[in-house]
Amino acid sequence: MSNLTEAMVTIERPGGLRKLGSSAPRPRRAAGASKLRPAGRILMYVLLAIAAIGLLAPFFWMVMSSLKTANEVFSVPIVWIPETFVWQNYVDIWTESNMLTWIRNTLFLAVSVTFLQVLTGSFAAYGFARMRFPGRDVLFLVYVGTIAVPWQSYMIPQFILLSDLKVSNTFWSIILLQAFGAFGVFLMKQYYETIPEELSEAARLDGLSEYGIWRRIMLPLSIPAIASLSLLTFVNTWNDYLGPLIYLRDPDLWTIQLGLKSFVSNLYDTNYALLFAGLTISVIPIAIIFLLGQKYFVEGIATSGMKG
Amino acid sequence: MTTTAAPETGIATPAASAAPPPRRRRSALRRRNALIGWSFILPNFLGFGFLTLVPVLILFYMAFTNWNVFGKADWVGIANFQRLLGDGSFHTAFWNTLYYSALHIPLTIAVSLGLALLLNQKLRGVAFFRTAAFFPYITSIVAIAVVWNLLFSPDYGPINEVLRAIGIENPPGWLTSQEWAMPAVVIVSTWRDMGYYMILLLAGLQTVPRELYEAARVDGANAWQRFVNVTLPCLRPTMFFVTVMLTINSFKVFDLILVMTDGGPGQATLVLSQFIYRKGFEESQFGYASSAAVVLFLLCIVVTIIQFFWNKRRSV
Repeated sequence: MSNLTEAMVTIERPGGLRKLGSSAPRPRRAAGASKLRPAGRILMYVLLAIAAIGLLAPFFWMVMSSLKTANEVFSVPIVWIPETFVWQNYVDIWTESNMLTWIRNTLFLAVSVTFLQVLTGSFAAYGFARMRFPGRDVLFLVYVGTIAVPWQSYMIPQFILLSDLKVSNTFWSIILLQAFGAFGVFLMKQYYETIPEELSEAARLDGLSEYGIWRRIMLPLSIPAIASLSLLTFVNTWNDYLGPLIYLRDPDLWTIQLGLKSFVSNLYDTNYALLFAGLTISVIPIAIIFLLGQKYFVEGIATSGMKG
Repeated sequence: MTTTAAPETGIATPAASAAPPPRRRRSALRRRNALIGWSFILPNFLGFGFLTLVPVLILFYMAFTNWNVFGKADWVGIANFQRLLGDGSFHTAFWNTLYYSALHIPLTIAVSLGLALLLNQKLRGVAFFRTAAFFPYITSIVAIAVVWNLLFSPDYGPINEVLRAIGIENPPGWLTSQEWAMPAVVIVSTWRDMGYYMILLLAGLQTVPRELYEAARVDGANAWQRFVNVTLPCLRPTMFFVTVMLTINSFKVFDLILVMTDGGPGQATLVLSQFIYRKGFEESQFGYASSAAVVLFLLCIVVTIIQFFWNKRRSV
């Protein structure tokens, strides 16, 4: 992930979906699904197959290349599937690079950022969604407005600010950079507004404070939204390249993206098969998280759609 | 809603206080409510304000100074902007950004809308495909850039091998060629983004009431007419959102280009964000880089506002 604004864009997705989903009772796959004639159906499947190949071929090629010998990667004609799988690449990459350090750093950053983002984001969202006080709407407009402001435009003053505070070249810089985005607030607010007011009203009658309502009522009810927010924040931080590039100069602090990039640019005789093994390792956790979380994610979206 | 209970709990929200308490009491309550409201927002706002709002304000100051690496800054008025006007690299970066956007925006809308329409049909394997389509979007830029760089390799890259196999004698040099580097970058960014926009559009498609299609069919509309007269108008709110996001994302394109081409060959893929990065972080001309950043900032804001009003006018 490159920056806050892009993260905001990413996060917009569930929010947007939910809003769209709740605006009208969503007929499951109803619209436009006409009875196709057999010829049309076949055409559709052909298109689907072509698109699937186009989408997945680069990944297939990456994984296959990670199992080749160094020479096979560039052999002409192209070897799509290596004759023997060189699993040794997956052993060597750990000794020939600092993969372990990079993964540890990235994991630490991604977990810290996700935790802080969910905590401060959902807390602020409650203020925006359920409290009424002067200045609230203007402030929220400012939050939303920053969606249109690219991070690239203010990365320099931000860098100077953080350098003056002596946090550049520490993990703090990345944590601060990623953890307080407007996107978490936006997503959680969208979701909170789908939770019936009567629930918090009842809790208020039982003597719960606003903080209590947030903790005991809103948090448990918003688990689907928290899941999507955590998933997206984690993936974004894991994938972020620009933030670490600007702030983390000490190789001991490098994230996996910086590490792998340095692996490419350092060596003219880069063993590309090894590099591909490294890339595959870096993509696997994201793939797993995505596949596991996807179901939860889609369910969260579907239920909120039905609620509306 | 029980009105009597509100005073008992003491934390009446405006919604709960149907029976108005005495004036003094009410203003005290309101102040208390405001305090509680702010206390919710404050933890996030401290970070957000300090790391986003303050830097944006500083940016507009820096753009008018000659701030350099020693932190010394003198007010230079609009000198930085005048320099931008005469700077050949800036012109290249500016037009390249627009060129990239002009290719990327329509292509991505067309492809992701096509995919969304396809996936809105009752076909087997649609669920699998939805997952697959989204996967490039959550893959890291570094992995994408490295893999596609080699796929595009002119002599031993799979893409040109396939092109030769289907009879194209002289396939393009892609990232090594001045003309083809930008289209190559656009292909990769479209491949990466289409799953994201497809999901947004698919959600939009699923809100289109089925009855409208049936009514159109009864009136004898063919598939194309149904698409133009039913699907597109119903998709307009989604389309608006998609276009705004896509435009901003195109204007600020950076990391993919940085890893894939580093602006090259020559300056063929140099874009605004990279110009800012080079002037700021590589040449330490913070003031001058900030003036270019102001241009990028205004470009995004202005286009968003224009699209916002255009959308508003058309929906009246």
